[in-house]
Amino acid sequence: MYPVLFYLFAAAATGFGLNLVLQRHPLYSALSLIGVMASLASLYLLLGAEFIAAVQMILFAGAIMTLFLFVILPLPLLHGGEEAGWRRSRMVKHLGAPLLIVLLSLLATVIDRQFPPDSMVRFGTFPGRTADIGRQIFLYYILPFEAVSILILVAALGAVVLAGKSASKSD
Amino acid sequence: MDIPFLIFTLLQILVILSVMIAAVTCTVCFARRVRARMESHGGPQAAPQPLADVIQQLRKEEFRPGGGLPLIYLAAPCLAVIPVFMTFAVIPFGPEYEAGGINLFQIADLDIGVLFLLALSSMGVYGIALAGWDSHGNDFLPGGLRGSAHLRNSAQMLSYGLAMALSIVGVVLLTGSLSLRIIVESQAGTFWRVVPDWNIIPQLIGFFCFFAGAIAVSGRLRFERPENGAEMIVGYHTDYRGKRFAIYFLAEYATMMAVACIGTVLYFGGWYGPAFGPEFLRTILPLFWFASKVASFLFVYIWIRETLPRFRFDQWMGFSSKFLVPLAAANLVLTGFVLALRYG
Repeated sequence: MYPVLFYLFAAAATGFGLNLVLQRHPLYSALSLIGVMASLASLYLLLGAEFIAAVQMILFAGAIMTLFLFVILPLPLLHGGEEAGWRRSRMVKHLGAPLLIVLLSLLATVIDRQFPPDSMVRFGTFPGRTADIGRQIFLYYILPFEAVSILILVAALGAVVLAGKSASKSD
Repeated sequence: MDIPFLIFTLLQILVILSVMIAAVTCTVCFARRVRARMESHGGPQAAPQPLADVIQQLRKEEFRPGGGLPLIYLAAPCLAVIPVFMTFAVIPFGPEYEAGGINLFQIADLDIGVLFLLALSSMGVYGIALAGWDSHGNDFLPGGLRGSAHLRNSAQMLSYGLAMALSIVGVVLLTGSLSLRIIVESQAGTFWRVVPDWNIIPQLIGFFCFFAGAIAVSGRLRFERPENGAEMIVGYHTDYRGKRFAIYFLAEYATMMAVACIGTVLYFGGWYGPAFGPEFLRTILPLFWFASKVASFLFVYIWIRETLPRFRFDQWMGFSSKFLVPLAAANLVLTGFVLALRYG
């Protein structure tokens, strides 16, 4: 059962990933990215990391992708519904395929060296239950956790300030 | 995983899904009756009215506004309705009652039930956000109006979803678990033999935030709801007719039902209530209590929808970000403080 599910969701993740790059319309690409996130969440579930799977759905597939969608949705209003121009540069034409092959072979070598093919990836000793993660964060990693939350707060304030500036200029 | 277990589970899903769809259809009828009473007229008389509504919708001519993306147009209703009905998979409708190796009154008792619900509610916005896409780019002016109103609806769902999620954390803190079954079981018993030990008593502020957020998220309000009564040029009411509109309508009322179930589980002690009499009655009564709590919840929902005035959009958004979210956060801090004093 588990290998079947694994190959199903792995294939889905790869397929959505390819679709994300190959689609011309940004909306289709964004929806494919949601598909990638959802397939990854299912893979996390198969590994027993239910908390990470749920957070993957809430944060990445939910919140972040909704923000992407908010950027994409007004596009036809700005461009009058026309699709953006699609031009190939000469460099892409001649160098694209060879470089892609080099990149893929590099990736394959690294993956082959790092992970022996007969062992499945496991979370191992990593505590996957929600209570375990909470305990780890608030007992052992409390300082990084607080530092990250302050960082995010600063980033959010910065975004508000920057957005407010450009809005008042355009008025 | 053995075959009988799989078959039993599929049967259970089928039964619960059918019951929920029937209940949602009845809710539509109930809402129309209540509204009619509030407007001092009869409303739909006969019980088969929902059936007639369904047949009417199915027989309508369908059309598709041109210029959009056909795949998105077809996928959007599914994206709206599937997450809503998936919420019923984790809701415990009654106490644990084993039959044929499965728990009869709950499909899946997840350890992360609350997170599962939040994930589904964050998926729900896509169905609404993609619905207006199709008629977006046709003529500039109506398209533009539609587009902006349409973004506002999605924004409303997002900001009120935040307040709702924050208020739920209070209940999670109080219980110490994300499992919906454990949350309900922690609300058993009574104070002084009369007052039930429900979460709404320590979490009154949290419940207020939850309820306000839930109303805005499910869009069931007379003011500034996703179909925008006064403007009527936005969202699925513009782009969809017939069967696909019926799917959206089903999703909207199913969201009401799901929110009523979640509210009952989180704040009103789920299936708990006085149980007495013979064995058979003791099995049935919890389901009855759950159903009556959900029904009262739905009544309050419809009542608020019919009686509150319509707010301007900026007032409504300001209410969320300047009042509701801080209030939910304060409730969270207060709950944490009290718990730390009690157990620390």
